[in-house]
Amino acid sequence: MIEVKHITKSFEGRTVLNDISAVFETGKTNLIIGRSGSGKTVLIKNIIGLMHPDKGAVLYDGRDLTSMEKQELNMLRREMGMLFQGSALFDSMTVLENVMFPLDMFSNDTHKERLKRAQFCLDRVNLSEAGHLYPSEISGGMMKRAAIARAIALNPKYLFCDEPNSGLDPKTSLIIDDLIHDITAEYKMTTIINTHDMNSVMNIGENIIFIKEGVKEWQGNSKEVITSQNKALNDFIFASDLFRKVKEVEEEELKTAPVR
Amino acid sequence: MNKALHQVGEYVMLMGKCISIPNRWSMFFKQLIKEIYKLGVDSLWIVVIISIFIGTVIAIQISLNISSPLIPKFTIGYTTREIILLEFSSSIMSLILAGKVGSNIASEIGTMRVTEQIDAMEIMGVNSANFLILPKMVGMMIFIPVLVIFSMFTGILGGIAASHSTGTGMTPASFEYGLQFYFNEFYIWYSIIKSVVYAFIISSIAAYFGYNVKGGALEVGKASTNAVVMSSIMILLADVILTNLMLT
Repeated sequence: MIEVKHITKSFEGRTVLNDISAVFETGKTNLIIGRSGSGKTVLIKNIIGLMHPDKGAVLYDGRDLTSMEKQELNMLRREMGMLFQGSALFDSMTVLENVMFPLDMFSNDTHKERLKRAQFCLDRVNLSEAGHLYPSEISGGMMKRAAIARAIALNPKYLFCDEPNSGLDPKTSLIIDDLIHDITAEYKMTTIINTHDMNSVMNIGENIIFIKEGVKEWQGNSKEVITSQNKALNDFIFASDLFRKVKEVEEEELKTAPVR
Repeated sequence: MNKALHQVGEYVMLMGKCISIPNRWSMFFKQLIKEIYKLGVDSLWIVVIISIFIGTVIAIQISLNISSPLIPKFTIGYTTREIILLEFSSSIMSLILAGKVGSNIASEIGTMRVTEQIDAMEIMGVNSANFLILPKMVGMMIFIPVLVIFSMFTGILGGIAASHSTGTGMTPASFEYGLQFYFNEFYIWYSIIKSVVYAFIISSIAAYFGYNVKGGALEVGKASTNAVVMSSIMILLADVILTNLMLT
């Protein structure tokens, strides 16, 4: 479980995150949603320790990241996996070498065992045939899957995904969403996904935090999104005609459903 | 002034982060060999070509400018050798390599920064500066002296080739006598020591500019240019300091 307590972060006098507190549960896909510039990326960077909050604490199963020594932070980071918006695969390495990289750096297993683990991770994301290719030779969806394989190579306890569906077609986005959801349940990870993809919200939103202008505006799950009366959330989620119609149908169904 | 001090501070901190014991020696040596090949061996052809031509031109120009019968012809070989050993093969060649290798390092690391590859390493708990920069620095400090030796050798060969051509007033025998005349072995060591310092300057400054890129492709280009300009200035400054320390 990851808990953020009263996180505040400012840049040159401008408050980007204002007193945000939230709990991200283990074994669930936790989503941070909000408009571009609302502070989602800053929040996730504060959670993973790439930025330091001005105030507040980030607790990883009770361990406060903000007060950790460098050595302790490095140890904690070995329990983290991260999927970046642009995949962030190392250009100079093949897909297999990318997945091997964290194992080569931190695992004490033999080369054969590390290779076996990397192959297993590639199999898990259906990329076993692409191990010899370089990132520039594969599609955007394959790059995301390769990045997921690299992120889970060391069996992390915490998985972070920054805009995992950005630049992908709707079908590939669903595949990536399902993969992240299944892996989270399978390995009992605490997964935090930063997104503004409404399909992801409806598909895998088990715990959703909505941020507006640096403030936590709403928290709930994908079912509660439909019935929420929060105006800012509704304006954001149901901005398109399609989603407004979905909301109307869902609300109608809820009204007409027999009370148990 | 504040900005300059800030940059110096950032550079020192980056070097502090970079110069530490690698997490995995096997990974370090793997990277080191890659870097020696990419930055060093791949630069061999340009060093050889430039050195041959410059060696030839130096010999021809000296020959054309020494018209007095009082100055012996072997002076051409002697002067060519001194120019190549003392300044061309180390300092001028390092300025050329600052353009080729320095921009390569800055743009490679800068691209890794803007595409979040460095962040990905940091998240894994890898000391990205140590993993990315140290092998480049060590590789350059090992291989640039080798390039300098190649440059000396091929530069002098270029001079010898010029002495064989007609119309320059040189004879191969007088040129070769000049090459051997009053030879001071320390000049070779002086050149090699200078090149090790230059290798550190080129790799560390280029890495600093690349590592601290903020923004996108445009900033990577700017960082690459700044890296070449700054390392060229620092090479010239180091040349003055080292020459004063070692030759006076």
